[in-house]
Amino acid sequence: MSQVFHDIEKKIIKVLKETKELSPEKLEEKTGLSSDQIRRGIEWLKLKNLAEVKESQETFLTLGKNGKIAFSKGLPERQLLNLLKEKPRNISELQNELKSVFGPAIGSAKKNMWVEVKDNVFSLKNEPTKFPEEDVLKQIGEQKISANKISDQKAIDSLKKRPDYIIEEIEKSKIISLSANAKDLDLEQSATGAIDVEADVPSIFVARTHPLKDTIDEIREIFVTLGFTEINGTLSQSSFWNFDALFTPQDHPARELQDTFYLEGISEKKIASPEQIRKVSDAHKKNWRYYWNIEEARKMVLRTHTTCVTIKHLAETKSDEARIFSLGRVFRNEKVSYKHLVEFNQVEGVVVGKNVTLRDLMGIQREFYKRIGITKIKFWPTFFPYTEPSLQTMVYNDRLGKWVELFGMGIFRPEVTKPLGIKNQVLAWGGGIERIAMLKYGLDDVREFYNNDLSWLRSATKCQ
Amino acid sequence: MPVIELNYSRLQKLVGKTNKKKIKDVLPFLGLDIESESNDEVRIEYSPNRPDYSTDFGIALGLQGLLGIKKGLLKLNIKKTKSYSLNVDSSVSKIRPFVTGIVAKNGKIDDKTLSQLMVMQEDLHFGIGRRRKKSSIGIHDLDTITFPLKYTTTTRNYSFIPLASQQEKTINEILESTDVGKDYGDILGNSSKVPIILDAKENTVSFPPIINAALTTVTTKTKNLFVEVTGMNKDDIEDMLSVVATILQSAGFELNVVKISGAKNSTPTLKTRIMKLDTELVNKMLGLKLSSNTISTALRKCRLDASGTKSHITCIIPRYRFDIFGPMDLVEEVALGYGIGNLVPTLSPSQTIGQKNNQSINLDLLSSILVGLGYTEALNSSLTSKKILYDMTGRDSSKIISVMDSKSQEHTILRDSLLPALIENLSRNIHETYPQKLFETGTVFSRGNPINENINLAAICVHKDANFTEIKSILQSAIKTAFNIECKTKTFSNSMFENGRGAEILVNNQSVGVIGEISSRIVDNFKIRMPVVGFEIKLSGLIFD
Repeated sequence: MSQVFHDIEKKIIKVLKETKELSPEKLEEKTGLSSDQIRRGIEWLKLKNLAEVKESQETFLTLGKNGKIAFSKGLPERQLLNLLKEKPRNISELQNELKSVFGPAIGSAKKNMWVEVKDNVFSLKNEPTKFPEEDVLKQIGEQKISANKISDQKAIDSLKKRPDYIIEEIEKSKIISLSANAKDLDLEQSATGAIDVEADVPSIFVARTHPLKDTIDEIREIFVTLGFTEINGTLSQSSFWNFDALFTPQDHPARELQDTFYLEGISEKKIASPEQIRKVSDAHKKNWRYYWNIEEARKMVLRTHTTCVTIKHLAETKSDEARIFSLGRVFRNEKVSYKHLVEFNQVEGVVVGKNVTLRDLMGIQREFYKRIGITKIKFWPTFFPYTEPSLQTMVYNDRLGKWVELFGMGIFRPEVTKPLGIKNQVLAWGGGIERIAMLKYGLDDVREFYNNDLSWLRSATKCQ
Repeated sequence: MPVIELNYSRLQKLVGKTNKKKIKDVLPFLGLDIESESNDEVRIEYSPNRPDYSTDFGIALGLQGLLGIKKGLLKLNIKKTKSYSLNVDSSVSKIRPFVTGIVAKNGKIDDKTLSQLMVMQEDLHFGIGRRRKKSSIGIHDLDTITFPLKYTTTTRNYSFIPLASQQEKTINEILESTDVGKDYGDILGNSSKVPIILDAKENTVSFPPIINAALTTVTTKTKNLFVEVTGMNKDDIEDMLSVVATILQSAGFELNVVKISGAKNSTPTLKTRIMKLDTELVNKMLGLKLSSNTISTALRKCRLDASGTKSHITCIIPRYRFDIFGPMDLVEEVALGYGIGNLVPTLSPSQTIGQKNNQSINLDLLSSILVGLGYTEALNSSLTSKKILYDMTGRDSSKIISVMDSKSQEHTILRDSLLPALIENLSRNIHETYPQKLFETGTVFSRGNPINENINLAAICVHKDANFTEIKSILQSAIKTAFNIECKTKTFSNSMFENGRGAEILVNNQSVGVIGEISSRIVDNFKIRMPVVGFEIKLSGLIFD
């Protein structure tokens, strides 16, 4: 066996080989190590089964305030008896002489029938030969001595009953000795220059990108691989592009303050071309039958979806064929909870083409989910104001043991595309990224992504 | 999305030859999500475009179709009679101009039916009624009313016994002291007159859109109903009436016409519509080759009527399906009737080459450099609080951008800087091992035309020896390595930084950011016990547009 020892360990073993049992204080003295080094060294040796630590405790006694007075003047009863030995005395004389010890002295003397009282005059009846408590007081004196050294336990107990006569202190002490298998150790023989390669080392943390960003990057990569080009747009948008262009009527509940964040007192003057405004508002007036108000459309909101970026892009480019996607933050005026944030990330993809179909849209979904590792999916119908037909993907969550809703999808309604001059059908789908990231990282509380809790950021594993 | 509660056993009885499992399997394919269930009870979420699903009667109609038990449209049988009429006084024109109604007789109303009707009424009020503003319904016990009725106006001192009350209240009292009055009184504005429906004996029937009279209260003993809908537009109120009429007929009532006249009002017809559908459009959108027969069957399963030639289908749409605007809506009906589960996904190969956005590429690059420099990425909301952004950092809040009516106090204003939130992040991590180094890239907002959005980078470092030199090295190294941009720092004073320890960042003599030792006052405010250094630099305009 060529065990490796730290210098501290070596010094402790060497000293203990000479003197079999030592307290840590003595070890400190003999090795010249600090108390902290001794403490650590003993711990290491204990772990290696090379040292034993015996713990013991001992009681020490010192005199308290009253004990010290009694030590110099004698016990209260002794003082009383001395006074009465001179002559019998009445109560006020005794009170004057004895002061604070008068009470305990009289009590003790009466109880032991050392004195008798006649017409309020105290006189000595019989005098005891010896007070064992006084011997104990003498024995302790000014010192601090171990309780073991005093044999008259009865006298100690009697003194302990008196207030502030004796102070007891319990001291714990350790005795260190080498265990049997350490006694044959040859320190000289242990490997030189070697270190303890099995010992624990301090943890260090790698710097890293945010786990949610990793998921976002992964999704971006999948879209690019599937032939999609990324577009981006601003987070603040006019209501026109966020709602009106997407056939959401101005009195729709989703447009109310309690669902959407409106920027206080901020409107956009030039929201779109006059032709776009005219045609979009016509679609509203014809189908929803209400007075369409351009001032409503000018109000600035924090985008509630990335679809506003997509539709703006399509209205600008009027492409006949395209595969584009958009990714970024969206906002909802919600109460923050374990499943809702006011601000989260959304991804949205769009395919424009003459011959693209609802089944193609479903096929892209299936391929996308496959690439993020989700294979158990199904489609259910749903409703969005701006797509028809509309579907949602349900994916099976093994951990929760149930189907959960993921992306929504559909074909843009003609009421959306026609007014903006988009000729071919537009397949669109999208949804929240945090939901996918929660599945990946096994989180139940979406807020964790934005807590910036270093213990999580430093420990979340990259590969999920 | 609205949610209704119902019982599987009752639903099963309404649907006919089926069982609970089949119902459960088919519900999602009607677009109805099962939110939760326990034994017989089930909570179902439906889309606001299908108010007919606000009762189990309506859902049963849909289930019968998809399960193939009953197909085609439910024809409304409205008995023509002269017994019921309602006359409109022109004084309502400026307040709530239109009214419509129907009588439903000989039905049975048990507890469940009564509660379904109440929930339907509330859902209709909230959804297509737009909180009663566009349209609102009153459902009354027909046998307490004497026809003909009058829809007119009255003063705010007029009094009657409102629903759920024992004594007379004036209109003013109702608006001021009842919950419905307080919630919906605004709809009437401050006009001195309010709408009222009176019967032939001058008894109050309803004070639309606020409350019915106690006199006409519907109970489980009620057999005959009178339904009125008032609102701002004739089509809207007929939309709402059509839903109620369809539900009541499904619930076993006989419908009777109410003749309505006066002040541009007319008797509702609740007529069906005819719409043409190209079979080619259906197949082109769905990616299928369905015959005209299959398409017609699918439509009939969605409780529409359909028949046609090889190329065209003539579709008859019941009045309550006002969610159908055009042929694309019918394409969806075909998909539902055909069965979403029968659509096989196809993956058509892409003819295009995918590409990341330039901004994304650059931000990724920058992230990798900062991670290499030992910085961990943080993510904070762009919506933050005045406390963090301004109060605790002592920054200038004069150009604050607020959102309206936020439900969360921590998210009320848009950030104009990334540093404050990063400092706040440090304060949450004081028990974690030091040094701590964080960075973030994200959008910051400022007032412009109307809003400027820029992408910033901020980094922050805290440990017992953190100092200006260290953070300047990080800044210069990051920007130089990532983008080959040299930057300089120039003394300036800013409340964010310790006096004489702050600088502005210059690139080509243009100020693009700030850097320095964060003021000890701010560090104290956030209860951080070590020196903090950081920088923030505007990337928009520097690295990308």
